[in-house]
Amino acid sequence: MAAGLKARETRETEMGQPGSAPQSAAWASTAGRRPQFAGVWRPLLAGAPLLLVWWLVYRHLAPFAAWVTYQVLSLKPGRLAGAAEFFLFETPKVLLLLVLVVFGVGVIRSFFTPEKTRQILAGKRESVGNLLAAGLGVVTPFCSCSAVPLFLGFVTSGVPLGVTFSFLISAPMVNEVALVLLFGLFGWKVAALYAGTGLMIAIVAGWTIGRLHMEGHVEPWVYSGPVAGQTQPGVRVEWAERLRYGRDAVREIVGKVWPFVLAGIAVGAGIHGYVPEGFMASIMGKGAWWSVPLAVLIGIPMYSNAAGIIPVVQALLAKGAALGTVLAFMMSVIGLSLPETIILRKVLKPVLIATFIGVVGLGILIVGYLFNVLL
Amino acid sequence: MMKIKVYGPGCARCKQTEEIVRRALSETGTQAEVEKVSDIQAMAAAGILATPAVAVNDVIKTSGRIPKLDEVKAWVSAS
Repeated sequence: MAAGLKARETRETEMGQPGSAPQSAAWASTAGRRPQFAGVWRPLLAGAPLLLVWWLVYRHLAPFAAWVTYQVLSLKPGRLAGAAEFFLFETPKVLLLLVLVVFGVGVIRSFFTPEKTRQILAGKRESVGNLLAAGLGVVTPFCSCSAVPLFLGFVTSGVPLGVTFSFLISAPMVNEVALVLLFGLFGWKVAALYAGTGLMIAIVAGWTIGRLHMEGHVEPWVYSGPVAGQTQPGVRVEWAERLRYGRDAVREIVGKVWPFVLAGIAVGAGIHGYVPEGFMASIMGKGAWWSVPLAVLIGIPMYSNAAGIIPVVQALLAKGAALGTVLAFMMSVIGLSLPETIILRKVLKPVLIATFIGVVGLGILIVGYLFNVLL
Repeated sequence: MMKIKVYGPGCARCKQTEEIVRRALSETGTQAEVEKVSDIQAMAAAGILATPAVAVNDVIKTSGRIPKLDEVKAWVSAS
């Protein structure tokens, strides 16, 4: 998840050697274990009061922010007070949302492993497969550093190429951190638009790549090598462990992104108080037709995690940039990145890489224009 | 002798995993041969889809995350 990928790391990577000795490995099986129903209830009972506290705190953030701004700091109503109140309200709100959603997604992801996803997708017809793959891309734990082993494991065990691409496109593009931040800062409509269009792009782009029959542009050693080993996902995960996944996810993701979140809200607070509305309207507004392709072109080679790009998104929107343009920029930054294409070059020939970037870029472009026209 | 394979293309998380494995071995005083596998086809053949992954005597113990020190200690002591 949004791991800091560096091109330097990929260079150290050794290329797969054709015909290397297949290694057999069996998954650790703990199938003898019994499901522990007691294990479900104890953490849930412990979680209920925590959730109640979360909700109570969340409900009282607005009066709390006002109280700190006007009573504790005794600021006079005005631009500075407006900015301070915005910051004091948004920071705990977004962090609370982030903790809850990242925890929830962490628990959900403990049900989905790449191995299970592969089993579901293997041999699926294309249309249905693309749909499933895009959906599974959101919930299956995936780090773009594993893109190559995953690609190899998918295509050599019968997952169609286009379906594999639907997965590879949706996994980074539809990101839970981005979803929460968009929901918290811009409301559910923007968040839903982002998730919905991200999925659509993954489905349609993957389907298109499948229709183009580009199997010949995959490096030949991929298909000539040994068939990927099948794994038996026989490990029964207990509830306590799923909750631990959630907790670990919170520690890892929230621990990494909170400075970006604070920076984003600070930028937002500054803009809220000081920058006049409509500042960016002339450059990135709906009137400037060339702003969408430009935003996509700038965004493609850039790489940032979702949390890092939201401050920029917020600043652009607040200054009057059009939603479609900004959404297109954000999607091209987190969905397509130079490090990932460098990694994928190991298994894909340049023509297929170019097609992949072209098709996804085109999809993002259409989404950008669509929102500028519709909204 | 126990054989431990750490699968990973050479990313920071994979190096961290290897360090944890070596620490678990030295702290439990276990003798084992640690091999770093960065060949992608070998990973695919072993059925690994997400890195870092760790296999003890060719039984995959974890994949897609950095294991905890205590977990690794339990694996090497049990085998």
